[in-house]
Amino acid sequence: MSKILIVADYLNGTLNASTARAVTCAKDIGTDTIDVLVLSDDGAAIAAEAAKLDGVTKVMHVDNAANAHPMAATLTPQIVAAAEQGEYTHVLCPNTTYGKDLMPRVAAKMDVAMVTDIMAVHGPYEFERPIYAGNAIITVKAPENQVLVGSVRCASYAEAGDGGSAEVEALSLDVELPSHTRFVGLEQHKTDRPDLQTAPKVVTGGRGVGSEENFKIIYDLADKMGAGVGASRAAVDAGFVPNDMQVGQTGKIIAPELYMCFGISGAIQHLAGIKDAGTIVAINKDEEAPIFEVADIGLVGDLFKVIPELQEKIG
Amino acid sequence: MKVLVSIKRAIDYNVRIQIKPDGSGVVENGVKHSMNPFDEIAVEQAMKWKESGDAEEVVAVTIGPDAAKEQLRSALAFGCDRAIHIKTDEPIQPLTAARVFKAIADKEQPKVFLMGKQAIDDDSNQTGQMTSALLNWPQATFASVIELSGETAKVTREIDAGLETLEVDLPAVITADLRLNEPRYLKLPDIMKAKKKPIEDMSLEDLGVSAAALLETTKTAPPPTREAGVKVESADELVAKLKEKGLL
Repeated sequence: MSKILIVADYLNGTLNASTARAVTCAKDIGTDTIDVLVLSDDGAAIAAEAAKLDGVTKVMHVDNAANAHPMAATLTPQIVAAAEQGEYTHVLCPNTTYGKDLMPRVAAKMDVAMVTDIMAVHGPYEFERPIYAGNAIITVKAPENQVLVGSVRCASYAEAGDGGSAEVEALSLDVELPSHTRFVGLEQHKTDRPDLQTAPKVVTGGRGVGSEENFKIIYDLADKMGAGVGASRAAVDAGFVPNDMQVGQTGKIIAPELYMCFGISGAIQHLAGIKDAGTIVAINKDEEAPIFEVADIGLVGDLFKVIPELQEKIG
Repeated sequence: MKVLVSIKRAIDYNVRIQIKPDGSGVVENGVKHSMNPFDEIAVEQAMKWKESGDAEEVVAVTIGPDAAKEQLRSALAFGCDRAIHIKTDEPIQPLTAARVFKAIADKEQPKVFLMGKQAIDDDSNQTGQMTSALLNWPQATFASVIELSGETAKVTREIDAGLETLEVDLPAVITADLRLNEPRYLKLPDIMKAKKKPIEDMSLEDLGVSAAALLETTKTAPPPTREAGVKVESADELVAKLKEKGLL
């Protein structure tokens, strides 16, 4: 029977919803043990959140001042120790930048291959994952005689519900942590808007929006709809918005119920980030734009005319 | 300081991927290949350090078939001083690549090992982290700014939460994200000059590296397609459609 350990992703003392998605993936693997590991300087509150997730067996938190800011080099020896102590068969993490940075280091330290971006489970050691920006899907089989280290593609899984009541324990690990990597700072883009990665509705803008000032029109519409806001790579590169708003192959991969994009042409790298959206709406003045090939509803028009009209009609 | 840069030959990012009808992989024959774009950014960073005098020598390294020489020549045309080609016709997975790069780093002793953050073919995003793990070096992935100062580097990383800055002791593995720089266009004289620069050929055996236990790919399939939907003529009609679907 598989015994699964999920490394929790969190931010500012709150569990990241991506962790709940990884739990759903773990359930597909077929197991009676899904434990969650919280590595933080003060993890009790995060652990309590994780304990509520439906399907979780046990939550362990390792509180250590060195974990105040998660860094792969510091966390890895702790994860390897916890995985070995608990004799886990699988170690998973959401494929957020946290998991992307961390899990390959864990896999290499355990001397095992890693499955990035699990999007479907065929068996405990057989998975589907996307390659070429999601333009091909491969089925991979991992060796069954070693620990399976993987990251979970969040857009492929719904969040586990919150009906659980797992036990929580403080875990202490006797491992030496490196001092060669030090946290300097985190520049967080403060926003009161719904989180881009979990919002049911997302509005994005591309190069066609034209400037940082013009992006106000996108924010205003999003606020009226209660939507999260994102952008294409072109808009981020042009400096209209910060990097954490980028949606696409190398930015955030999202799966909202409603995705509305304005002035985005639809490069394959962008489409890779939105393929799992429920309904895709595209507004672009170029009727040849590739975004229309995937949009459920397309409107050829000038976003600066369309958005005010939408604002009025939605009101 | 000495800088190592790893590069990978991959299908060009502009190519529309075709899946072989028997599901055994993607069509690679007769398809344009180029240097993985993130690796180009890593090479460009090394060139900036050469120009600023921070780097005395930049060595490009690749693992791949004979054809990968083409991408090594590009790296040399950027201005890398020499190149190492670990020749193999087998597809190399990240943990094996990391073992190779560890062996090369042990031999070359670079101060910084630069890599692209991921290759756009397998999208694994593992090799940099695995290499630094095997070397017991610090890692700074998804770099958008790198400031060197003596025995340390300050690296700004593009993460989901925003921009994180880490300080790492050198040597370290640093992986390049999109906004680290914009790679230059190669000029003909540089391409000509690159032809005379040395490329050292090696094999996995020469380095004493054995292939890691691998993931076996049993099937390659196209993604589920999204059918193009409907076009509407006005904002009115759009709002009506969204209300009909219960989305507004």
